[in-house]
Amino acid sequence: MLHRALAVFAFIFAAQAAKPAEVTSFTLDNGMEVVVLEDQRAPVVVHMVWYRVGAADEPRGLSGIAHYLEHLMFKGTETTEDGDFSRIVSENGGTDNAFTSWDYTAYFQRVAADRLPLMMAMEADRMINLSIDAEAMETERQVVLEERATRTENDPGSLFSEQRRAAQYLHHPYRIPIIGWRHEINEIGLEDLQAFYKAHYAPNNAILIVAGDVTPEEVRALAEEHYGPIPANPEIEVRDRIEEPPQLAERRLMFRDARVSQPYVVRSYLAPERDAGDQTAAAHLNMLSEVLGGASATSVLGRALVLDQEVSVYADAYYLGTSLDDTTFTLIAVPAEGVSLEEVEAAMDAVVADFIETGVDPAQLERIKTQVRAALIYGEDNLSGLARRYGSALTSGLTVADVQGWPELLRSVTAEEIQDAATLLLDRNRAVTGYFLPLEDPDPEVMQ
Amino acid sequence: MIRVALAAFTAALIALPVRAAVEIEEITTPGGFTAWLVQEDSIPFTALELRFAGGTSLDLPGKRGAMNMMTLLLDDGSGDMEAQAFVEAREALAARFSFEAYDDGLAISAQFLTEFRDESLALLRQAITEPRFDEAAMQRTRAQVIAGIRSEETDPDEIARRTFDALAFGDHPYGSPSDGTVESVAALTREDMVEAHARVFAKDRVHISAVGDVSADELATILDELLGGLPETGAPELAVAEFQLEPGLTVVPFETPQSVAYFGHEGIARDDPDFFPAFVANEIFSGAGFESRLMQEVRVKRGLTYGIGASLVPKELGALILGRVGTVNARMAETIEVVRDEWVRIAEEGVTQQELDSAITYLTGAYPLRFDGNRRIAEIMVGMQVQDLPIDYIATRNDQVRAVTLEDIRRVAARIYRPDDLHIVVVGQPEGLEASN
Repeated sequence: MLHRALAVFAFIFAAQAAKPAEVTSFTLDNGMEVVVLEDQRAPVVVHMVWYRVGAADEPRGLSGIAHYLEHLMFKGTETTEDGDFSRIVSENGGTDNAFTSWDYTAYFQRVAADRLPLMMAMEADRMINLSIDAEAMETERQVVLEERATRTENDPGSLFSEQRRAAQYLHHPYRIPIIGWRHEINEIGLEDLQAFYKAHYAPNNAILIVAGDVTPEEVRALAEEHYGPIPANPEIEVRDRIEEPPQLAERRLMFRDARVSQPYVVRSYLAPERDAGDQTAAAHLNMLSEVLGGASATSVLGRALVLDQEVSVYADAYYLGTSLDDTTFTLIAVPAEGVSLEEVEAAMDAVVADFIETGVDPAQLERIKTQVRAALIYGEDNLSGLARRYGSALTSGLTVADVQGWPELLRSVTAEEIQDAATLLLDRNRAVTGYFLPLEDPDPEVMQ
Repeated sequence: MIRVALAAFTAALIALPVRAAVEIEEITTPGGFTAWLVQEDSIPFTALELRFAGGTSLDLPGKRGAMNMMTLLLDDGSGDMEAQAFVEAREALAARFSFEAYDDGLAISAQFLTEFRDESLALLRQAITEPRFDEAAMQRTRAQVIAGIRSEETDPDEIARRTFDALAFGDHPYGSPSDGTVESVAALTREDMVEAHARVFAKDRVHISAVGDVSADELATILDELLGGLPETGAPELAVAEFQLEPGLTVVPFETPQSVAYFGHEGIARDDPDFFPAFVANEIFSGAGFESRLMQEVRVKRGLTYGIGASLVPKELGALILGRVGTVNARMAETIEVVRDEWVRIAEEGVTQQELDSAITYLTGAYPLRFDGNRRIAEIMVGMQVQDLPIDYIATRNDQVRAVTLEDIRRVAARIYRPDDLHIVVVGQPEGLEASN
């Protein structure tokens, strides 16, 4: 016998079953793009403004300025004080934060749906009225330097990654770290920040994303009211960055640090990214990464290196397709006890060579496609994640149609296309290989 | 030019909207399992959460890491399927299972599509009730765990946390890392896996919640099939963790540019009648976001850190109040001074009415925003059961927060913030700090 007790609560879900994640997009007269993701399951909205500016758009010598400015965006405007922004969000029961990448800087709040007008008013205010106080700026510089220490300098894995990136891109600005080089963070001045802000923060360089319990009509009316009056900046142009030249020599790095206790090898290949209306090559690479990496028990690298040969405790592949310019495709292997990095790298190369020869197991490809389809369903349960996916895609030069077409494109990729993509890409003479190692034993003889 | 007056912002402080009702049902299955369910059929999948009480604290003496390793092996072969066959089967159904052991429990999170529901649950049942613990899978998992332990051994955060835990709880499982040591993990046998499995998987240890495309009758059938084969009882009750931490400062020398500090002392239990005032006080003192006193004093005003926080950590067998901060070696001494001063200030003075009002507005406003997905709601509901909260807790929780008065906070803050009991563990090369023990 099934016993049932009921407890009824007043504010969790809307009673009507809504159709989740309906997507609408439009553009305001001043050029601000708007994307609305409807989900009426909870009376909540995520409000985000994404700017098409990131670390790869910084003036040379001012690395870290995009991220530093992001911090200062919480420090007050012409009519508000330092800290008001987050305090008001918090007093309204919301949470807020921001993040910076190479291609974008984004600000978001998560609030009750009826607080959306307030969020828009405040976000519009700091889009044009930011006021940087010199003293607050200096204090915040210390915070940013501490952030660099926490994220990067205290973590040898992050330092290694920073060095590999600088080796990966000879010329393109993706070579600089988002947070900036320490000596340059120290040099950024008030005028630099003001100039950077004026040059990039404008409605025609921004994308508004509102996800949650709203209708496109409501968002349009509110966006026109709050963001609509801000004039476009006529100086803003489509980003056209310098290009990375072809790689002609294999690049290898040895990173040693006393704090390293578990060595590993990372190989990264320069790879094409998703382009608007032209995501096919990226789709092939995305599926290639799914075939090579993922669960140890079923991926090509995991099965060969971890399960069969037992030369590795962890092996994986990943591809970051959402990027404005050329991106990377990465392989990683952590050697098993008693296996050297040279040995595990050789084994990894052999697996790759064999894969290029023999191609994809059709059963594995079928499973991956089932998961691509399922990811769409599970993804609807995480509205913030969905909103971020649209934001990063749109600031990486893609369109709403590209985002919507992506899963279907992935499911259309054939085994031959994956094999061809691997053949084309996986040439270590056009890659960076990094060894992550502890300090060399100063006197190895002592050990014997 | 747009001008937005500050007055317009603050005027918007009004009550949160009240929405149409929804039902959390408590069901009791014919097999005797109790579960909390929210039916939500707009997305064709279900999120199922199971918590088995005890977790890594059930490790027997000398077997540290057994529960953690056993849990990792659940996804690595069961029934007549070895690891590869099992994972292939799960991937073909696009089912998502996660198994995780922590101090007080073993958490299983599963999401499965409606179209593959039966097959997915059969696979989950096999993983829970018939794990193989094959030699090859054990060797592989053991090597991964040891690689992880090695990495943690040179991570200043991990070193600080471990040092604090060891000083606080000694030989109790809370006093050591749940993944074990290189030596203890190297010595684990298949029998240890079987033993750990028997200690945690039992009918009397499980809490269950589900949200999604499933009816009460369907869920009852699912649960009886999934868990009906488990034994009635597992390991006996665990001993309370005796709190051993003396006040003082411990410095663990470690070459790194930024020192990491963990600080705190004994905390307050979840079922303490003063828990709500303590929770609100802690939000004001050191909660998430920029508004807390510690964030204001240490980060915003002085730029000493990127992040600082302190939390109430009410575990089942012992409670802590524990904070963390990272700051360059040269400024750690100053940072600690500020933390100590704040500890004294809240203990002696409590908080202001304005701070209390802001905290209550934030906490009560933010609470309903948590319920924004099937998986999130399932996690919240199972967490409520683990904490022994009533099924109507969601409806009364905000009222309990609002009921906290300035006097409650003054009384409780004096009780839970004890500057003389503070122990600070610093890992790094802090300048001008003398270890006291």
